[in-house]
Amino acid sequence: MSEDTAQQKKPGREYLDAPITKIGAVAWLRANLFNTWYNSLLSVLLVYGLAVTVPPFFKWAFVDSLWNSSAAACRDIDGACWSIIPQNVKFIFLGFFPTGQEWRPILAMAILIGLVIYSRERHRWRKSLLWMWLIALVVMGTLMHGGVFGMPVVETSKWSGLPLTLMLSFFGIIAAYPLGVLLALGRRSRMPTIKTMCVVYIEMIRGVPLISLLFMSSVMFPLFLPEGVTIDKVLRAQVAIIMFTAAYIAEVVRGGLQAMPRGQYEAADSLGLNYGQTMRLVILPQALKIVIPPTVGILLAAFKDTSLVVIIALYDILKTTKVTLSNPQWTNYSTEAYIFLALLYFIFCYAMSSYSRRLERELHTGR
Amino acid sequence: MNEKNIAAKPDGRYIIEIRDMHKWYGDFHVLSGINLQVKEREKIVICGPSGSGKSTMIRCINRLEEHQKGQIIVNGTELSTDIKNIEKVRAEVGMVFQHFNLFPHLTIMENLTLGPIWVRKIPKKQAEETAMMYLEKVHIAEQARKFPGQLSGGQQQRVAIARSLCMQPKVILFDEPTSALDPEMIKEVLDVMIDLADEGMTMLVVTHEMSFAKSVADRVMFMDAGQIVEENNPHDFFDNPQHERTQLFLSQIL
Repeated sequence: MSEDTAQQKKPGREYLDAPITKIGAVAWLRANLFNTWYNSLLSVLLVYGLAVTVPPFFKWAFVDSLWNSSAAACRDIDGACWSIIPQNVKFIFLGFFPTGQEWRPILAMAILIGLVIYSRERHRWRKSLLWMWLIALVVMGTLMHGGVFGMPVVETSKWSGLPLTLMLSFFGIIAAYPLGVLLALGRRSRMPTIKTMCVVYIEMIRGVPLISLLFMSSVMFPLFLPEGVTIDKVLRAQVAIIMFTAAYIAEVVRGGLQAMPRGQYEAADSLGLNYGQTMRLVILPQALKIVIPPTVGILLAAFKDTSLVVIIALYDILKTTKVTLSNPQWTNYSTEAYIFLALLYFIFCYAMSSYSRRLERELHTGR
Repeated sequence: MNEKNIAAKPDGRYIIEIRDMHKWYGDFHVLSGINLQVKEREKIVICGPSGSGKSTMIRCINRLEEHQKGQIIVNGTELSTDIKNIEKVRAEVGMVFQHFNLFPHLTIMENLTLGPIWVRKIPKKQAEETAMMYLEKVHIAEQARKFPGQLSGGQQQRVAIARSLCMQPKVILFDEPTSALDPEMIKEVLDVMIDLADEGMTMLVVTHEMSFAKSVADRVMFMDAGQIVEENNPHDFFDNPQHERTQLFLSQIL
């Protein structure tokens, strides 16, 4: 029976309120934190642990700390030296991008983040949005690379810091997702050649670490190209990330496809929908919704794994931070720098995961 | 005789012809030598013990199951491996399932307009008007904006019937449409089916609702072990079954 009708009260029957003894703050504490002796013990230990750790951390981070000073000034204090961030902000965020041209990567990032925020609303998911993304891709590429409108050319080897991290991860995710869905459909195809190709691809990619894929793209792949032909290193890393992520998404999506009851296929068939329509209108919307939680897990992992490009000498934001720390002036303040980085990664990851929960809520149709 | 009953009378044209059809699941011979002709506006009820192949047989008619031998001709199109022919037949043949099989991610209205818009290429507005008409017909118009999960089983099955009607099919197959319903909801679904029958829809119904068979069917068929054992008009079928297996089956369910 449906939710609405189940909650309709019928006349002629008395409906009682829930017992009131279980409501109120003290009652809640007793019921949840001190209901048994071992639970009470755990609660006490937890409070003790917090009391021991939180105030000193607070003092270190906020009371004794310096926020924007020279490295020399930091040596005289006991607290955190957050100054490492503002003092090196340009290099940490933008790396080797030429001085005087900083507005270009900043504008590119603003476009990217703006478009991501714009794309959050489902009613905007139309064909025009796809065009906006394509145009944005071209605009961002032009801004970063330059060579037109009087902007000096900046080689991709100088692209670094946050723009590199964001572009590798966002375009990696956006391209890997549809590719993964296609691979999942291919793996379930009745055509043996397509099925075999997809299985081989997925299993091969999943059988090697991302690092080795990046190595291959950077070291081995150029050996197979004819002399004089080079493909940009950042692009190669991007392709490696897309290929890697797509294989994992494919398997998650396949799980969703397998969870679909056969009756859904039969109902779509019996209406005369063809394969493409059945998948696009009936099966995928449901299957992809089921697998939102594991998909987001993979996307978060992909976002963080972009830091592995450091092994092929690309300077993502983790690497630019490390380079900053190799400066003798700032070497002692790695804790602060890494806390800052962790916070930065956390913001992006948390935004993604809370958005996914919102999507799940919006797509819930009762059943 | 009133106008309704004239419209409901079978006429001469065959809408479904099955000739010596066989089907195997692997080695197992599930359907053997099925012959069946269905005229336009004819109402046929198929009954039989579970595992007798009655669902499998009607599922062959819109190729949810593949037959291996014999011919199935629906509305002049013979079913073969040609996917275009299959899709053409499916668009003309409606199907109502035991477990409704509504699309849970779409509203009732979207469930009804999906086929008309994408298969029949009817403009959305017109498809919605037609859908609303059929929703009214199955007495459920006020639920159009809800999702299937918010409706009761009987309501969902009525939506499923409306969904197949929206394709304006030549024939509707019912595969045990009331078997998954609570007793108090069976009647509301049967009433809708009786209305349809009165209006002259061609119907093949697999069901155990013998009262429905008695009041609506032009012919009743009894299937056992993958064969049509006996068929007759409902009067003779129930009062004077010829075959021993039919007698046994009827004695068990009546």
